[in-house]
Amino acid sequence: MNWWYALVDLLPFEWAEPGRMYFMKNALLAILVISPLFGLLSTMVVEKKMSFFSDALGHSAFTGIAAGTLAGFADPSVCAVALAVCFALLFTWVRSRTNLASDTVIGVFSSTAVALGIFLSTLGGRSFTRFNSLLVGDILSVTPGKIALLALILLGVLLLWLFGLNQLTLSAIHPALARSRGIHLERQEALFNCAVAVVVTLTMTWVGLLVINSLLILPGAAARNLARDLRQYTLFSLLAALAAGVAGLMMSYYIGSSAGASITLVLAAMFCLTLPLRERALG
Amino acid sequence: MRREKHPRCQGGCHGRCCLRVEHLNVRLGEDQILDDVSFHLHCGELIALIGPNGAGKSSLFKSILGVMPYHGSITFQSAEDGRQKPRIGYVPQSPSFDPGDPVSVLDLFTAASSRWPAFLPIPARLRETVRAALARVGGEGLIDRRLGTLSGGELQRVLLAMALEPLPNLLILDEPMSGVDVEGEHQLLDLLDTIRERYDLSILLSTHDFQTLQRVDKVILLQQKILAAGDREEVLASEAFARLFGAETERGGEAE
Repeated sequence: MNWWYALVDLLPFEWAEPGRMYFMKNALLAILVISPLFGLLSTMVVEKKMSFFSDALGHSAFTGIAAGTLAGFADPSVCAVALAVCFALLFTWVRSRTNLASDTVIGVFSSTAVALGIFLSTLGGRSFTRFNSLLVGDILSVTPGKIALLALILLGVLLLWLFGLNQLTLSAIHPALARSRGIHLERQEALFNCAVAVVVTLTMTWVGLLVINSLLILPGAAARNLARDLRQYTLFSLLAALAAGVAGLMMSYYIGSSAGASITLVLAAMFCLTLPLRERALG
Repeated sequence: MRREKHPRCQGGCHGRCCLRVEHLNVRLGEDQILDDVSFHLHCGELIALIGPNGAGKSSLFKSILGVMPYHGSITFQSAEDGRQKPRIGYVPQSPSFDPGDPVSVLDLFTAASSRWPAFLPIPARLRETVRAALARVGGEGLIDRRLGTLSGGELQRVLLAMALEPLPNLLILDEPMSGVDVEGEHQLLDLLDTIRERYDLSILLSTHDFQTLQRVDKVILLQQKILAAGDREEVLASEAFARLFGAETERGGEAE
């Protein structure tokens, strides 16, 4: 991490001075890793119209953490990742096996996950308040070890994009065509859903459960207002996520707001500002 | 444009068959979707598949494409090198795209037919390949258009260009005229004739459209099983056709 601290020391900010405020420098690096993750995933979450699903995944991640805490894990996120992946796979399977409308299936899963999470965390008359930090998130508590883990996840998503984006895109825009070209739709869907599940679960602690879904929706939604093809779409979404991430962190430092909420508000502002340009881009 | 290059199959083929479907049976749960369907499709021949909704047309296509389990046999034989696995170009029934979808024709092509990740800058060589493929259907100008802004006829052209790249042995079109206006329909039918002629392709299409029927030589009337098959006039004059579509055709509307 020393290379990073040396680099940040060059910045002309109060918190960037050498030898102090390491939590802020860690948070900045974490934001620079998390933002592209959400920027990339967001394009496909919006393209596949699965914002409700990603919301439900956040809920199941909470259930996983509650279960992990109950089982006495030192780091309940292992348990949460496992549970969120199971949830994603089970969901994909149920959806391909039944003719229930997708939003009904998600609604059933989502409410069950939340109820189970609250049930487990309050079992035996315990207080729910110790989970409050998960709801809002705290980016300043991120450690170098976790940043390294997030960097690995980012590498994984980049590989998925390099080798799987074509198939994901085709499956999203034209399932019948994708199937006729030998693409296994359920496998594609399961793979992408698992990726979203892992990212949501591992970043929830820092971003906050209540706003995490907006990070999966807003960058892509804002980019769509301006983009005319896939390259612009991906680029704009990445830039929006990065700019909002850094701006949100600065806001939280200087005015003492929650980083996750600040990032979300910056992204929402971006969406609103680009919305009037949408018609022109569509022409 | 009519041509009779290959002899008709009667009780066995003369070795120049392209596609042979024999005793095809498809069940979905309790329902018999296709019941003992057999027919042959020769090189350069166009067959139109007609039948009411739910008659099993899409299931037949899916079986040929190998994405639906079936009993019976579907084999392919080329005139040159004997039996082989055919390369099938498929033009699916088209969904309507969200006009705001940031996916261009070039993106769709790249995603469907190349390994190059479509979110990275597209190399000039790949762009040229796509342009050439679109040129086959007279759609070079569509390359940078977004899918949501294409008319029904333009979209069909794009999907047809994709189905022709790489050049297939067999072309399957599922309701190609749905969402296409009259003008676009004539252009598309001319285009299919040209392609069939130039590349000696076998074409199988399903249609509800009376205009399309006027332009094909051979028709199969399907409802679970083949009710009538043969030259257009024969099938349209058949008792089964009158039973299924009689009322509508008398009113002069679509054969639906």
